Amino acid sequence: MPEIKVTPLGAGQDVGRSCILVSIGGKNIMLDCGMHMGYNDDRRFPDFSYITQNGRLTDFLDCVIISHFHLDHCGALPFMSEMVGYDGPIYMTHPTKAICPILLEDFRKITVDKKGETNFFTSQMIKDCMKKVVPLNLHQTVQVDDELEIKAYYAGHVLGAAMVHIKVGLESVVYTGDYNMTPDRHLGAAWIDKCRPDMLISESTYATTIRDSKRCRERDFLKKVHESIERGGKVLIPVFALGRAQELCILLETFWERMNLKAPIYFSTGLTEKANHYYKLFITWTNQKIRKTFVQRNMFEFKHIKPFDRSYADNPGPMVVFATPGMLHAGQSLQIFKKWAGHEKNMVIMPGYCVQGTIGHKILNGQRKLEMEGRSTLEVKLQVEYMSFSAHADAKGIMQLIRMAEPRNMLLVHGEAVKMEFLKGKIEQEFSIDCHLPANGETVTVTTNPSVPVDISLNLLKREMALGGPLPDPKKPRTMHGTLIMKENSLKLVSSEQALKELGLNEHQLRFTCRVQLQDPHSDSDTLHRIYAHLKSVLKGYTIQHLPDGTVMVESIVIKVSSSAEDANTKVLLLSWSYQDEDLGSFLSTLLKKGLPSGIC
Amino acid sequence: MKLYCLSGHPTLPCNVLKFKSTTIMLDCGLDTTSVLNFLPLPLVHSPRLSKLPSWVSKDGTINLEKELKECAGRVFVDSQPEFCLPERELLDLSTVDVILVSNYHCMMALPYITEHTGFTGTVYATEPTLQIGRLLMEELVNFMERVPKAHSATCWKTKEIQRMLPGPLKDAVDVWAWKRSYSIQEVNSALSKVQLVGYSQKVELFGAVQVSPLSSGYSLGSSNWIIQSHHEKVSYVSGSSLLTTHPQPMDQSSLKNCDVLILTGLTQMPTANPDGMLGEFCSNLAMTIRAGGNVLVPCYSSGVIYDLLECLYQFIDSANLGTTPFYFISPVANSSLEFSQIFAEWLCHNKQSKVYLPEPPFPHAELIQTNKLKHYSSIHGDFSSEFRQPCVVFTGHPSLRFGDVVHFMELWGKSSLNTIIFTEPDFSYLDALAPYQPLAMKCVYCPIDTRLNFHQVSKLLKEVQPLHVVCPEQYTQPPLTQSHRSDLMLELQPPPMPYRRCSVLNLPFRRRYERVYILPELANSLVPSEIKPGVSLATVSAVLHSKDNKHTLQSVPKPPPAPPNKKRKRVLEEPPVLLAPKPLLSGAVPLEAFLATLQKHGITEVKVEETADGHILHLQAEDTLIQLEEDGTHIVCDNNEPLRTTLRDLVLRFLQKL
Repeated sequence: MPEIKVTPLGAGQDVGRSCILVSIGGKNIMLDCGMHMGYNDDRRFPDFSYITQNGRLTDFLDCVIISHFHLDHCGALPFMSEMVGYDGPIYMTHPTKAICPILLEDFRKITVDKKGETNFFTSQMIKDCMKKVVPLNLHQTVQVDDELEIKAYYAGHVLGAAMVHIKVGLESVVYTGDYNMTPDRHLGAAWIDKCRPDMLISESTYATTIRDSKRCRERDFLKKVHESIERGGKVLIPVFALGRAQELCILLETFWERMNLKAPIYFSTGLTEKANHYYKLFITWTNQKIRKTFVQRNMFEFKHIKPFDRSYADNPGPMVVFATPGMLHAGQSLQIFKKWAGHEKNMVIMPGYCVQGTIGHKILNGQRKLEMEGRSTLEVKLQVEYMSFSAHADAKGIMQLIRMAEPRNMLLVHGEAVKMEFLKGKIEQEFSIDCHLPANGETVTVTTNPSVPVDISLNLLKREMALGGPLPDPKKPRTMHGTLIMKENSLKLVSSEQALKELGLNEHQLRFTCRVQLQDPHSDSDTLHRIYAHLKSVLKGYTIQHLPDGTVMVESIVIKVSSSAEDANTKVLLLSWSYQDEDLGSFLSTLLKKGLPSGIC
Repeated sequence: MKLYCLSGHPTLPCNVLKFKSTTIMLDCGLDTTSVLNFLPLPLVHSPRLSKLPSWVSKDGTINLEKELKECAGRVFVDSQPEFCLPERELLDLSTVDVILVSNYHCMMALPYITEHTGFTGTVYATEPTLQIGRLLMEELVNFMERVPKAHSATCWKTKEIQRMLPGPLKDAVDVWAWKRSYSIQEVNSALSKVQLVGYSQKVELFGAVQVSPLSSGYSLGSSNWIIQSHHEKVSYVSGSSLLTTHPQPMDQSSLKNCDVLILTGLTQMPTANPDGMLGEFCSNLAMTIRAGGNVLVPCYSSGVIYDLLECLYQFIDSANLGTTPFYFISPVANSSLEFSQIFAEWLCHNKQSKVYLPEPPFPHAELIQTNKLKHYSSIHGDFSSEFRQPCVVFTGHPSLRFGDVVHFMELWGKSSLNTIIFTEPDFSYLDALAPYQPLAMKCVYCPIDTRLNFHQVSKLLKEVQPLHVVCPEQYTQPPLTQSHRSDLMLELQPPPMPYRRCSVLNLPFRRRYERVYILPELANSLVPSEIKPGVSLATVSAVLHSKDNKHTLQSVPKPPPAPPNKKRKRVLEEPPVLLAPKPLLSGAVPLEAFLATLQKHGITEVKVEETADGHILHLQAEDTLIQLEEDGTHIVCDNNEPLRTTLRDLVLRFLQKL
């Protein structure tokens, strides 16, 4: 039986370092190649030694697919391709290809330059890695090789995020990456067609949450920011440079405009302007509204939002600062946080998910005293708010996607085990399909049961369809007969006659002749007629003919009558049939042996 | 399989393909050359045009004072310009299931087809094709509606009158089918039927046919199409280019292995080299400006203009044109320039990689930023106050019959300092200029047509190797004006099948196989037997299910067991219900082996008699005859059904079932 095997190297019952291996139809595919924000040691990257102990991965993988540019989905890519070694194709969408190297370089700088780590990938390695990237367009069917094809669908989560449909023959798998089923201020909603994959691998970050309406959350967010500004506080919003940041910028920009607010809004790092530029150039990946109006007004040109300088953090008076990274685990957002944490008037708004081990995760769990490097502790007095703006599908969204794609099996990754367990129950109950939650390094195997594609001769098909009529009768299904010719790699289904001809075989006729004696005091021709009448009454729905040459034909079975030489009343019937009519011939000979009923004229 | 040809214009095709119960329209081109027969529509009152004399036939019998005007010896219709539509009588267009659009120039007739024929299907196009196509339609509507004409001229169309008119009006065909422009509502409604597709996307039509667009390299989002089923393939090649301009390069390899290749949209300027023309364009432009004159470039709002601007971007400084203003005037100028920058996925590699920096892919962004290029929606408004001379103006329509270009012709035509440079190949420049004669302005003709030339196409066809080629009849003979140039035509073996407007071609196709899926349960029950080395056979008895043009074979359901309590006494009396014939047999029964088998089954008294064709076996104890021959076996057995079935099964052991 053909099988599909799925092994997460990362993101199995966890969020971070997404990396999932799929074996399907003899092909091996790596889905995402991310890093874990919560670790600074080896656990930061997926354990590639699972694939092979001795070095390079090129021989073991047919392709690598990156779903979007977040580092927990692509952060280990240069390490995997350049340091472990992989020279095959890496697929990602155009926006991902554009933005991913910038984030990787950023990540490298923080790790190597600031933290002084060695044995890390270099700028050159990022460049070399990106040379292996093949860009993917939405809905384009990319033929990786003769058998393996992949197709990208819009996922909504961030600019350029994609879900992928992976197909070998009639077997297929869909991997969602991170996705969002509700459109937001700058992106559209994920969509996939009814592709009925054998397996759907879905993220499950918000497996147990059903989020309230976006409008309410936005109003809440604006209210909190506004209140804080009014009382002269400083608001820190840790974000990743691309994604949520742009959505919240659009939100604040319009709010500032409407309320005529004067407090400055800053955006940290030089990346932002560049980031906004990407949004302008990839406007076709944003939502319908922005795309429609971009000629008149580009939503990514902000009037109120200005670039941040490190010295501004000490300025008096209220301000709003967007700073990277989003989980307060390093960089500018952490520096500003340290400066502002001691004051009650200030506020930090965490607009997204924080991985375990990060400061973001700690303060969200109510920790008020933080141990910093160098044994110092930091007292957290500022207000901590959490607003889920990260664009993941919630439980409702995940169910909606399952309904869209109609998978035969379900596999959850990129979530917490307890929450997944809950969602698994719901999925199995509502859709009656198996749902798997493998941990890292654990393999899930599902057997698929694909149909066998065969070429049927059009003559046979047309004949069959004509005989079967336009609507098949469910009570009396018609049976079709043919011969399947298996030659090299082709499978052809043809009628038996055609098969004989095509293979140059001779037909072997098998015939049977059977004499039956019968007492019937009539003339030969009368007897024949009586037989005809008798069969006519017994065999309904058969073609029975009384031919002028003194024979009766039932279908192609021939019946002749002659009188016995000794006794004129003893008739000898001669039945002759071919093997193709064996059932009927055998039946007739038995029937006629019993004689003719007297009631027949 | 049939092809209905609704347009005679080789670069603005409209063909309908009937293939496996689907009806597919390939492109929807609008032949706009008909507008050359009309007077230009001026934006502001033109005393010259309004004073043109009416045309009167030589004998004075025909005088259509209001309809026909004469200018420099040619006759023009004074009416809203009209277009020559695709043929609508050849087949019922409401039966068209889908329309496949290959580029934005080839969709301009869409509203006429989708809005007025009962069309209920879907239109497939790429995103740039849709967006830029929309701009071109909006521009056309705007050009027409800005200067409405009160009445439509129709009297001249009367057969008796048309016959008397001088050429080319006299020879215009099907003039009653000519139509005025559509409205913006019709454009919106037509375009709402478009479904977007990406290159190499596989679109299933009713489960019967798969269509897929491929990059054709001609313009932003331009495509060729593959129409295929599991066993047949048609390649449709429309405007394609192998030159490195801005669009993604042409995908040639996917066109391979097709039964039929429909070839349209070759270059209209087979003897003009686009690179040379571009050079000539620049030098003439610079010369005129240096002499203090203005340059007018009649052009479409999208397409070659991007290349012209890019070329000028590199040329301006070296030619010392840094202070010369460049104007682009069109109701959609801004949109066209903006849209060109957001389709990175559809651009050539060089432009694509600029977006990764991130920088706009086209340098006209910089020309705009530095104020060297300014764009306006029309000559009214800001333009009139900001306009400085000498300057370069890009504006439409290239036919010179409507749009802002008409104004500049009136304004600059009288001075020999000015130059008009034709770059679009769709219209004969002499015909375009006819209603403006006499003209003092210099005329330069550098048509830039990047589509395939005959040399490139014959190379392409050698690569692709289609079994048959279908093309417009124009491609099967040299151009009329260069009848000695046998290199300017298609020469193929077998010769291409030519079509003209209203042709219906039977495409040489023999469909012999169809895809069917054997469900796993049935597949597992099949027993293959090897009949020759490498060839195996299995007999299949199955139930065929056909749904949405997909066929599957399932196992024959087992008949439900008879209810146990109901006594079925006369079972034998029931005739066999199955009409199912037994399989055919093949092979031969070898005598020695057969005799040995008989012996094993206790039949020992066998008398063998040799005949001309084989042997007769007489089973003496049983009084039964078996006639063994090379291609047949005959068992004659009376009154002993068990023996007969035993013998039958023994014979079958030696034979192959099919």
